[in-house]
Amino acid sequence: MNWMDLAIKAGIWLADIVIIAVAIAVGVMAITYFERRIIGWIQIRKGCNRVGPAGVLVPIADALKLFLKEMIIPTTANKLLFLAAPIMAMVPVFIGFAVVPFGETTMFGYWKQMHVMAIANINVGVLYVMAITSLGIYGILIAGWASNSKYALIGAVRSTCQMVSYEISMGFAIVTVLMLAGSLNLADIVHAQAGGMHHWYFIPLLPMFIVFFLSGVAETNRSPFDLPEGEAELVAGYFVEYSGMSWSLFMLGEYAAMILVSLMTSILFLGGWYAPIPALDFIPGVVWILGKTAFFLFVFIWLRATFPRYRYDQLMRLGWKVFLPWTLAWIAVVGACIYLPQLPLLHDFYQFYRPGGGA
Amino acid sequence: MTGLIKRHAKTWLLWELLIGLKLTGRYLFAKKITVEYPEERTPLSPRFRGLHALRRYENGEERCIACKLCEAVCPASAIVIESEERADKSRRTTRYDIDMTKCIFCGFCTEACPVDAIVETQEFEYASESRRALYYDKQMLLDVGARYERQIAANIAADARYS
Repeated sequence: MNWMDLAIKAGIWLADIVIIAVAIAVGVMAITYFERRIIGWIQIRKGCNRVGPAGVLVPIADALKLFLKEMIIPTTANKLLFLAAPIMAMVPVFIGFAVVPFGETTMFGYWKQMHVMAIANINVGVLYVMAITSLGIYGILIAGWASNSKYALIGAVRSTCQMVSYEISMGFAIVTVLMLAGSLNLADIVHAQAGGMHHWYFIPLLPMFIVFFLSGVAETNRSPFDLPEGEAELVAGYFVEYSGMSWSLFMLGEYAAMILVSLMTSILFLGGWYAPIPALDFIPGVVWILGKTAFFLFVFIWLRATFPRYRYDQLMRLGWKVFLPWTLAWIAVVGACIYLPQLPLLHDFYQFYRPGGGA
Repeated sequence: MTGLIKRHAKTWLLWELLIGLKLTGRYLFAKKITVEYPEERTPLSPRFRGLHALRRYENGEERCIACKLCEAVCPASAIVIESEERADKSRRTTRYDIDMTKCIFCGFCTEACPVDAIVETQEFEYASESRRALYYDKQMLLDVGARYERQIAANIAADARYS
């Protein structure tokens, strides 16, 4: 590979990165808009509909407001860490998108074989996403500490505790997927689910599908697990002292994390870019994966509009006493079903979902 | 035993949560009750107690006879009246002020008035940026009365069979 090829490759990567980063930012704006509208509809209101046609300019007005607002740094705060924390909370989520495959393409027949549409289609994609997104905790912890405020500190401790707890059950839920797919590569996991809806992993792993998604809700500090932001107790949790752009970076990170969790759920359990029926495969895979992601984002908002906030001990009990044993037990069940031919029906049922077992 | 199984099945299938989601899912498509205020308005009762007005008879004569019952009954002491004898020997007000920042819109003045002179209209959009503009003197109240006389008469007629 000479330097010319390298330069072209770097250019393509740069274009990929810019496209995906811009898409995430636009997606976050769309989510904030739809969150208001959908919660409004559920509360039999109309929601925001006055700025621009049907209110679609509200997120832009919001962004403008946040840009223009003064960023207040508390006098007793540790300035360096205070300013670094929102960036540290947001950046890992964005980096996490680097390995997410959005589909497969031959670039309108230009390439001979299918290429996976990801910035980096690496072999340890799942591990990478788990590792990178958990770095976001540092941003939150540092934000809470650097603010020099008791509410922020308690919010940060709660948030960290919650994210650490739920990451474990999330990881174990992913392990069951890995046992079936036999790969850590996200594209290979999707390939293992090719061939229609009955091949998707949400069928053999239904409890893990639910555990993974609910852990994802807890992981992103979304309602009903938004304990760190419990207004009644903590005002706004770890970002009480933040305003203007530094505050909006936290929000950007939170909403981008919602997109990432939804993408991961659709990749791991809902067949990624494959259509539910193979006959519908003429519709591009990107449409399918983004459609599934949009559905999960809707569920995020739906959950928020429906359930009251958890109490903190209930949250910990759910994470450690329900999700964790449940996932551990299910790993054993799936392992037994895969590797013990003595279990005739179950063994056949699970072999069907292994690569080369179905289709 | 069946009770235990049932309870556990409900717990693990997140049954109660699904019922909650079903309820909110139904409201997602329910008819919205939002009234988009400046363009849409809710109907007002004929008894609505809004901005005050002083009325005149059809021949243009002021109704108010300066009996000061409204001033006496006003629980917020928002009304100030001064009166003297007019050239035709009838008693009339020279000053009739209502301080809208004091007024609690109880409607006692309307109840007390023996000649239906002081009434409350259905007008409620008279906010202002200064307190001074909310201190209504006699001329302003008469102007309000002139502006809304038709509506006031219609509302009194509509409410007449209940009073």
